[in-house]
Amino acid sequence: MQNMANNINRRDFLRMLSAGAGVLLASPYISFASADTDRRFIFIIQRGAADGLNIVIPYADPAYAKLRGALAIDASQATKLDGMFALHPSLVETAKLYANKQALFVHAVASPYRNRSHFDGQNVLETFGSTAYQIKDGWMNRLLTLLPSAQNEAIALATTVPMALRGKIEVPSYAPSALPQAPDDLLMRVAQLYAEDAQLQSLWTAAMEANNMAEDVSAKQDPASLGKLAASFLVKADGPRIAMIETGGWDTHTAQEARLARQLKSLDSIVAAIRDGLGPVWAKTTIVVATEFGRTAATNGTGGTDHGTGSTAMILGGDVNGGRVLADWPGLTNSALYEGRDLKPTADLTTLIASIASASFKLDPTQVNKVLFAEANKTKTLEGLLRT
Amino acid sequence: MANTTNMSAAAIALNRFGLGARADDAVPNDPKKWLLDQFSQYQAKPISLANQPNTANLIAKFTQQQQEMRKLDDADKKDMKRTFRREIKDTYQDAVSARATLALTSPTPFMERLVHFWANHFAVSIEKPAIADLAGVFEFEAIRPNILGNFKDLLFAVERHPAMLIYLDQVKSIGPNSKAGSRSAEKQPDKKRGLNENLAREIMELHTLGVRSGYTQEDVTEFARALTGWSIAGLGKDKAASSEANGFMFRPQLHEPGERNIMGKAYHQAGKAQAEAILIDLANSRATATHISTKLAQHFVSDTPPESLVNKLTQAYLASNGDLSKVYRALIEAPESWLSSPAKFKTPWEWLISSLRGLGRQNLDNIKVGQILNQLGQQTWKPGSPAGFDDIAATWAAPNALLRRVELAQRLVAPLGDKLDARVLADKVLLGAVSDQTKTAISRSESASTGLALLLVSPEFLRR
Repeated sequence: MQNMANNINRRDFLRMLSAGAGVLLASPYISFASADTDRRFIFIIQRGAADGLNIVIPYADPAYAKLRGALAIDASQATKLDGMFALHPSLVETAKLYANKQALFVHAVASPYRNRSHFDGQNVLETFGSTAYQIKDGWMNRLLTLLPSAQNEAIALATTVPMALRGKIEVPSYAPSALPQAPDDLLMRVAQLYAEDAQLQSLWTAAMEANNMAEDVSAKQDPASLGKLAASFLVKADGPRIAMIETGGWDTHTAQEARLARQLKSLDSIVAAIRDGLGPVWAKTTIVVATEFGRTAATNGTGGTDHGTGSTAMILGGDVNGGRVLADWPGLTNSALYEGRDLKPTADLTTLIASIASASFKLDPTQVNKVLFAEANKTKTLEGLLRT
Repeated sequence: MANTTNMSAAAIALNRFGLGARADDAVPNDPKKWLLDQFSQYQAKPISLANQPNTANLIAKFTQQQQEMRKLDDADKKDMKRTFRREIKDTYQDAVSARATLALTSPTPFMERLVHFWANHFAVSIEKPAIADLAGVFEFEAIRPNILGNFKDLLFAVERHPAMLIYLDQVKSIGPNSKAGSRSAEKQPDKKRGLNENLAREIMELHTLGVRSGYTQEDVTEFARALTGWSIAGLGKDKAASSEANGFMFRPQLHEPGERNIMGKAYHQAGKAQAEAILIDLANSRATATHISTKLAQHFVSDTPPESLVNKLTQAYLASNGDLSKVYRALIEAPESWLSSPAKFKTPWEWLISSLRGLGRQNLDNIKVGQILNQLGQQTWKPGSPAGFDDIAATWAAPNALLRRVELAQRLVAPLGDKLDARVLADKVLLGAVSDQTKTAISRSESASTGLALLLVSPEFLRR
């Protein structure tokens, strides 16, 4: 084996190694199945409850400036989207997408979750259960089962796999490592060591596959590098079709102005790097950006906002039917607020995401709803989100 | 899981309840007694922590630095900020090293594991510079002395510690109708200052009752009102305030006046005593007993612990009014805790510490434990959220995470060369619970160090 490794390059060797182990052990990861869909779908989760009201700003709502006080963003400083809404000034590249009709913003959305715990809220957003911890696998993992070849179709850009991607299908995870690479001999021996341990064998095979696909093992961990890394996986003809990226730091109880601006600048860099890295594939790509819930309509006493309900979601991509803000705007008067404090949700975030997923992969929406809402039993589909 | 073999009671005591066997550990004849004896042997303030700074000094220094900063012009400010950041980073790294060294050498590894458990239950996260400064002393001073006492005392120590008060924004919360709140409303009617409910919510949701246990948004807000005034020394100029040990300070000027109503009970106490009364009721609640018991059972026994075990711990908690040593005793006495197949997948911290112990390390020379844990995905005191790090396999048993352990294993064993025989060591640190599969893989490895690396990433060693 050592000789062979010297004669061929490392990546080919590892590919053979993981393919060989697969055949030997009748693993589900026999080889890199060439994917039968050319669509790409990326879910960017904003953990911590992103403040929708200061991301897509309802500047024309007369109550907005009063509720937000010092935190209110002046429409003249932001990018005007239409007669009602403006976009946070940090989202420079996203604003360009909007101008090219490749960005669609949906406002006053929320998952079915209503109780303001981050961790329960994220669980509902990642499982599509009607309450937290009702469902044991993630909606992205169930979505994979609907694709022509479910294996090797998804990747988590992280060392671990987030809830949305956990489930029956083992999904690889990848993040650049600062540790020295292990020699091939050790990698091979580890594969043998796990041969009869179902859990570890399946994890190890997935790890080897993601490692083989990674172009640049010395990639960095800043937002633009992360976007570039995601694109490097997704751009491949035989690469994964679905990816998930986690962003944190949205829980702005204090000093929100500077923190939110920084957060949005990072998000904007990730999106731009994905767009640039995908090149022509961008035309077939849909990105969904969403958070577990929004923040209070009014500022709190400490230059920030507390846990709320309705927020905003972004749909970005080459064939998004964009240049629009979708909102059945509930208003921000005291009586219009949910429980007198939060933006009232008028659209269901999970229905929105399911609708984008079925439009993006050209799947039967009834079937998608059945699988994604196994327990919540939802049937509604939103039309016209993508152009093709 | 063909590689797993049955763990003996001694293996369970050392590897499931402890931090991992050392090759030089004597095998306990009476594993239960070995665990119970640690209650009296445990040192809350071991000599190895004697050189760590204390909370009061760190807070004094931090606030003094903030004041100095205010006097400087922008260019000098930037330089000074850089210096302060570097000092904070050093404080943090020193504390992480002290924690890890103690974990390597402690004669009471079960107790140390409990310290780590509670530090994660009451998680702070170092994204805020002040928390990077204080996370170590928070664990050393608020957690360590209180793990064997009453839950209420642990709760009080934690919620009054500056690290928690800063992390969950309590120091910024002001009662809207307090003296300070009214004055601020008069002076600057458009610059509203007031409540921040972050700490109140997380105390109820994460520290005590647990989520979905019956409290409402109004209960959270009422508790936040009661907590106003809970603050730290060194901020502002409130003359009526008095500093207590550990930097806690109650500021009456900020306290929202009036009676509070939480879950149907009225709290008419004035000042600091109001939130204290609420905390005591929270500590005594059945929901808290169940929440704590579930988390302990999940940590020690299984991601989905048997209900019978959770019930036993809950009963022990309620019967003793929250005496934690009684709860641990119930855990040790319960047969459910001694199932011979390992059900827990080690977290990166557990895996790293047990690896270093297994390899016989007595110190961290040349091992940058902070950086290593960062690469393994579990940077110490940086869970990123007040919920702490997850305690289930689904979080840690992931493809890339596994590869990182393999990469690291080869680096950890590299300096050892052929000084250790992996075949002998495997039997010692796993106390006989080594499968034929693993034995074969180790014995066939091309070098002594490959054999050691394989031992560290073997299925038996990854689980406990």
